[in-house]
Amino acid sequence: MAVWNKLKITVQTTETENYLYKNSFDVEGGNFNNAGSVSTNIKSILKNMGLPNNIIRKAAISCYESEINIVSYARQGVINLTVTPKTVEFDIIDEGPGIPDIELAMEQGYSTADRQIREMGFGAGMGLYNIKSSSDIFNLSSEVDKGTFLKIIINIP
Amino acid sequence: MNIETIAKELNLKVRSGSDRLKNNVTGGYTGDLLSDVMANSHEGDIWITRQVHQNIVAIATLKEHAGIILVNSCEPAPDTLEKANQEKIPIMVSSLPAFELTGRIYNLLSKKD
Amino acid sequence: MKLSDVKEILDADVIVGTEKLDMEVKTAFGADLMSDVLAFAKAGSLLLTGLTNSQVIRIANVMDIAAIILVRGKKPPVETINLAKEFKIPLLTTKYILFETAGRLYTKGIVGCLEQVEDHRANN
Repeated sequence: MAVWNKLKITVQTTETENYLYKNSFDVEGGNFNNAGSVSTNIKSILKNMGLPNNIIRKAAISCYESEINIVSYARQGVINLTVTPKTVEFDIIDEGPGIPDIELAMEQGYSTADRQIREMGFGAGMGLYNIKSSSDIFNLSSEVDKGTFLKIIINIP
Repeated sequence: MNIETIAKELNLKVRSGSDRLKNNVTGGYTGDLLSDVMANSHEGDIWITRQVHQNIVAIATLKEHAGIILVNSCEPAPDTLEKANQEKIPIMVSSLPAFELTGRIYNLLSKKD
Repeated sequence: MKLSDVKEILDADVIVGTEKLDMEVKTAFGADLMSDVLAFAKAGSLLLTGLTNSQVIRIANVMDIAAIILVRGKKPPVETINLAKEFKIPLLTTKYILFETAGRLYTKGIVGCLEQVEDHRANN
């Protein structure tokens, strides 16, 4: 259990032992100019670690869509990356409006995106679906008016 | 060339407007940004997109497109279908991505002009 | 074909990457939705798009896109150009619409970067 004081949200995270790499990256809500820069950074970290290309690809897709979600909908958020010999894991936590109906949000084509998000080429209701398709474990939980917690695990074969 | 020929040649699944397959196709427009399609497409175009929202029917109606083809096996949303049948706009589905489908339609249109 | 051939076929202007025109390209992906680029585009492909914001470059970078072709004569904002330079991703602009751009490249032998999308993958 970890309390993200900075984010005023409490989430259950499991401490992963035996990691090769671990780091936290802040994402600022509403800052569309920088959106994607954390994912860009994470991708080059994974590449430098010599992970297989298909794993990097899955991680990049998951991380990018998650980052866009924070920028688009939340006030602020954190992307926690943990790499172990067998997994790439993300704990993505944001402080924001939360998701009232997760099942609906998971539906392809469903989106609450505004014009600005759509003009950037996002907001077509594909993001969460893309993340789920690219990951082996996908756990989404949310509290309305507080925030959202997304756990993603990608297995390294 | 009409919609029916294109649908047959490219193995498209017709989802609405099946009584309008004789619509003549005079050109094509590929795009997913509704404001762009609104501004730049032409009457008689076949519109190739992956947007499934009901707004696509409003745009195709307004711009008098010959029809809409959804790529990547995207299916129209239920209210999109309903509206398309009301407005008699043919919507078809292709399993190809936009680039490949556009390339094939481009060749069909230039062959039989 | 070479990127210089793509430039010829599309009568395109090279905004970034004149030193990379010898690069070989075989496949392309066309989209205005960045989520589709993330989901479907293959490494080493050309990306054809009508979007010009810096997301296009960042996504091209994480997906290892070979080069970006902006359609409809779009002039990218300066942040986009700077980012393309930083990531060394060639950025070209053509006056043709996406339909014409894809049609011309396809006719000259560039193929799509995936055969087809399975029904279950993209049911909306």
